Amino acid sequence: MVSNASKGNAAALAGLTVLEYAGFVAGPSCGKLLADMGAEVTKVEPPTGDQARHLGPFPAGAVGPETSALFLYLNTNKKSVTIDGSCPTGAELLRSLASTADVLIEDKPPGVMEASGLGYEALRKANPGLVYLSITPFGQTGPYSRFKAYDLNVFFSGGEGYTLPGSMSHALFPERGPVRAGGYLAQYDSGLVAGIAIVAALLDRGVSRRGSHLDVSQQEASMAMARETLQRYAGYGEVVDRSRAYFYGGIFPCQDGYVILFPREDRHWQALCEAMGRPGLASESRFADFASRKANRLELNEILRTWTRDLPMERIYHEAAGRGCPAAPYHTAADLATSEQLEARRFFTELDHPVAGRLKYPTAAYGMSATKPVYRSAAPLLGEHNEELFCGRLGLSPRELADLGRSGVL
Amino acid sequence: MNAKNPATNPDAPMAAARRPLEGIRVLDLTWALAGPYCTLHLALLGAEVIKIESITSLDAMRRGDYALDGDLERSPTFNSVGLHKLGLRLNLKQSAAVALVKALAGISDVLVQNFRPGVLERLGLGYEELRRSNPTIVFASSSAFGSSGPLRRYPGYASVFSASGGLGHITGYEDGPPVEIRDSIDLRVGATLAYAILTALYHRRNTGTGQTIDLSSMEAIVALSGHTTLAHVLTGETARRRGNRDDAMAPHGVYRCRGEDAWISIAVATDREFRALCGAMGRPGLARDARFADAYRRLRHAEELDEAVEGWTRNHTPHAVMRLLQKSGVAAVPAFNSKELVYDMHLQARGVWRNVDHPRMGQRRVQGLSWRTVGAATQVSMPAPTLGQHNDFILREVLGVPAGEVHRLDAGGVFE
Repeated sequence: MVSNASKGNAAALAGLTVLEYAGFVAGPSCGKLLADMGAEVTKVEPPTGDQARHLGPFPAGAVGPETSALFLYLNTNKKSVTIDGSCPTGAELLRSLASTADVLIEDKPPGVMEASGLGYEALRKANPGLVYLSITPFGQTGPYSRFKAYDLNVFFSGGEGYTLPGSMSHALFPERGPVRAGGYLAQYDSGLVAGIAIVAALLDRGVSRRGSHLDVSQQEASMAMARETLQRYAGYGEVVDRSRAYFYGGIFPCQDGYVILFPREDRHWQALCEAMGRPGLASESRFADFASRKANRLELNEILRTWTRDLPMERIYHEAAGRGCPAAPYHTAADLATSEQLEARRFFTELDHPVAGRLKYPTAAYGMSATKPVYRSAAPLLGEHNEELFCGRLGLSPRELADLGRSGVL
Repeated sequence: MNAKNPATNPDAPMAAARRPLEGIRVLDLTWALAGPYCTLHLALLGAEVIKIESITSLDAMRRGDYALDGDLERSPTFNSVGLHKLGLRLNLKQSAAVALVKALAGISDVLVQNFRPGVLERLGLGYEELRRSNPTIVFASSSAFGSSGPLRRYPGYASVFSASGGLGHITGYEDGPPVEIRDSIDLRVGATLAYAILTALYHRRNTGTGQTIDLSSMEAIVALSGHTTLAHVLTGETARRRGNRDDAMAPHGVYRCRGEDAWISIAVATDREFRALCGAMGRPGLARDARFADAYRRLRHAEELDEAVEGWTRNHTPHAVMRLLQKSGVAAVPAFNSKELVYDMHLQARGVWRNVDHPRMGQRRVQGLSWRTVGAATQVSMPAPTLGQHNDFILREVLGVPAGEVHRLDAGGVFE
């Protein structure tokens, strides 16, 4: 939420400088967590720009690197410089920037940074307090460490993929295989883990006066979110798969979408029966307790299905949840953009962008009373801060900047 | 397997990881999965985490399906998220217990809770009350929808958030219904809260200022696919379920392999990768087929490509496909199930699975923290507490309650 911190209260990570030498979703989502908490985050993009600039979605008639929704969302509050880090001159520039940064985020395959003289051991000589975070599909070490993995592969590397889509879809399409979660979730998961790791390392640095090299394996971050499923095997010997089902209840189609209904406890079931206008159902012996409802799940679900079929999802939701039965509508992005709950929580903020215009952005999931997630600016234009950082901070002349640009270093 | 860097060989002696939260005391009023997973981070980072429990309102993770033979002290799941925490058994229905919690809050750095909004306030344990005697406390709350807004009193569970947070709608087969996602949702919420708490602690170290944090589980899920909400605002588009398909890549999917319910995920981004895939499949001609000559065309013929790929993968095991394709620089990773991950050799080499000795269950295999610090190993050695395991220590040593008083409270049922 965008909260009203009192005057004079800085953001939690104010004063921290971060170099984000990473693209697509994982590294930038970590950088976003830090930037939105007030850190000064500078993206170091290749001259062609972060891959996310080219993925969209784009508004009609305005396809381009400055109007990609994915990029715009992930890169609020950041600066942008361009460097081709694979050439020695570019690596030199990056080294200069890193010598005064608190944090570096990088997502290159293991060994690539070292080969360019940009490895942790090299950089910490000039900057012993540097927190250096590497994020790769399988981590810096181990037999799979050089394996290639796109988001789809990362998601399935962690174990959760094997358990989707669940019984309703599986019953409809028993011959089909597992399905991923939508929307680059595995990338966001590893960005979140990276954010936690970085702040923990900064807290450590406060005591030890030394930085550290953090090794985030996207597989392990995904496995962290699958912890309960994995413990189901490690602790109980049970392999959870995509046929997993609720005892009763579940997903039901309705007039304008789907809802989920989950009347696990007796009081939930009573509430739901009232919502359906059939309070007497709650005391019928075939549904009176958990065990009976489980035993009679087919009949019970048929009743729910009949009820939901012709009703709008928000109506079902408020009738059921308003009385205390766990329920939810299957919100779409359109629903979220206009959600009364999210508006009441001040979950959105408006930001101006020179090309994309004034847009409403989701902010953070937490309100904080003394510090506030910060929304100074929309995402940067490609290389927008080249002059500020290379000339202003590193002391290059405008001529040198132009030369570097012409030779493709920037 | 990787002998190059002895610091990451799990058998080599390694520096103990620094414990950045050493000296920090956390009063843990969380229960179920999301809250305890949040405080697990704090415990593994070295904080003293005091977990409040009571037999009168037993944590869901100690009950039902989670408890081996119905034994509340034998839950592997409870153990997995309770590592390195101290157990204090208090019956919060008793005012004397509430007074003890208040006293603890006065000497704690952090309080974390996931009761419904208003519950702690009604007990006199809300932030406004506690900050009077402890102005620098970091008071972190997690709830379904946050402490404000029209939905704040509605019930929330993990699958509810996956639906209301927009993730369920964009997950599933393209021609199928949406999907409910459960426990992983709770873990994402817990991790998000851990991040917020750590930043608050960082701020507190620098400024001495405490604060209250109010997390909405629904919003945590919205944020983890936030680009789809912005995409709607920017373009009017509403993201839909796409199965395993991608907007830019083909082949891109999960393909059946030889074996019982065996699957591999394969994703191809470039012409070079596509050529390598065709070569590995023994079908170099496919790479010369005009239908697949560039990424744009491959996307348009994704279905035909999927058929061709699966025609090959179904004759090989997932591991064989992974080895063969990865050797040629093609992204291929099996749809690992939980059993495979427990025994996976890469994870063994990484030291991901740790063993702790549990007093009632014996040796248990658990995961530690979700990242590594190069050259240092996080200590993972303490199981979750048994009910009230550390009552003595906390009451006597931490709170300084005299023995006679402890007896009196015990007789009054305060420690039930």
